[in-house]
Amino acid sequence: MVQLLSTEQMAEFANSGCLFFDGLIDNETNKEFLNDIGHTEIENVDNMQKYFQNIKASSSIPRIPAGTPLKNAYPHKSPLEKIFQNEVVAGAINSLVGSEAVVDHQFLHLTFPTKYFKKTNQRQMSQVNHQDSTIDPRITFDIQLFYFPTDVTKEMGGTRYHPGTHLRIVNEMGIAKYQNIKGQKKIVCKAGTIGIFHNGLWHGAGVNFSDEIRYMFKVRLQPTEKQELLWDPEKKYKPLPNKALYWTDENQEKTVNDILMKSYPWQEADTNRLDKINTIKFWRMLTGNKNLDIDYWLTRIENELY
Amino acid sequence: MTKRQKVLVLYLKFPSLEAEVISWATFDGTGQKLHMTGDSDEPPYPTGLDALLDGWRLFQSSQAIPEHPGEEFRTSYLKHEFFFEKIEEGDF
Ligand SMILES: [Fe+2]
Repeated sequence: MVQLLSTEQMAEFANSGCLFFDGLIDNETNKEFLNDIGHTEIENVDNMQKYFQNIKASSSIPRIPAGTPLKNAYPHKSPLEKIFQNEVVAGAINSLVGSEAVVDHQFLHLTFPTKYFKKTNQRQMSQVNHQDSTIDPRITFDIQLFYFPTDVTKEMGGTRYHPGTHLRIVNEMGIAKYQNIKGQKKIVCKAGTIGIFHNGLWHGAGVNFSDEIRYMFKVRLQPTEKQELLWDPEKKYKPLPNKALYWTDENQEKTVNDILMKSYPWQEADTNRLDKINTIKFWRMLTGNKNLDIDYWLTRIENELY
Repeated sequence: MTKRQKVLVLYLKFPSLEAEVISWATFDGTGQKLHMTGDSDEPPYPTGLDALLDGWRLFQSSQAIPEHPGEEFRTSYLKHEFFFEKIEEGDF
């Protein structure tokens, strides 16, 4: 049985553009994955390119033609098949992109420690902020699923990301000049952690200042069906009634709308309101309710009488 | 003695130098410090005005461009961009 996401988790994703499942995959599977790619003690790795080529040549990670259904993408009993069959992973995928999602691409990202850059006299720089993979004005969205087979410490420079940026439509590295953005986060996690990003989320890889290689396996999944109430097949979701604004009721309980309307420290005063409007439009799409509103943002401007 | 330029780019919460810094970038032409993406979680100054008070000279800021009709709700790049410089003198 897959474990679909809760409405709160969907709202969290709609608002922040990401979800994390800390240490979800068991250690045995993590070890199996690392053995399969030929992970070895750092002392035995003397050349970055060669190490990477060996992984590509000998691991069970298949070459997957773009557009292949996820269902038949990974070899039977391989560590990656086990990961995608995990009930939480499968449930999250089904909730966001449906059970008939296809693979766009996959990659095993390796980030090498400082000594390899010193040896080859290269400047060790972090990856600039960007959005994958090109300007994308769709309402439909893809997800990028990340798997971390080892612990990622702060020194290892895990993926930097900017919660709440996923609905801003920019052109890939067009955001590279934003060196630092208030509220930026860096992934620090236990082995077996799974992260899921909306394809629009701004991000970049950090510099690895540790002595260990950092691994991150990524797969981008595309839906083939409308992303409406996929997490709620019985269609029980009902929009909440309007509440008093500004002159508010202090005793109001926190609801799913509070999750959806969360602000971020990097948002401009003016555009923050548009970010909220776009989140409500996104939630309309996800719930299939074209008239839904939160805090009157859309009702106010849709009341055109002329 | 030679001169080198240091550039500070600040993105502010609204289009006035009194506004809070929400994003920042530094490029050091003296070569003393290599800045890179993700290297600091706290802004160098709380507001644009604080950068002026510390001797940074403003040389460019973004203009207000009216939203395209029909595209008023489309969000994209950070809007309120301010470029500052300092000229450093020394043996670089
Ligand atoms: Fe990327």
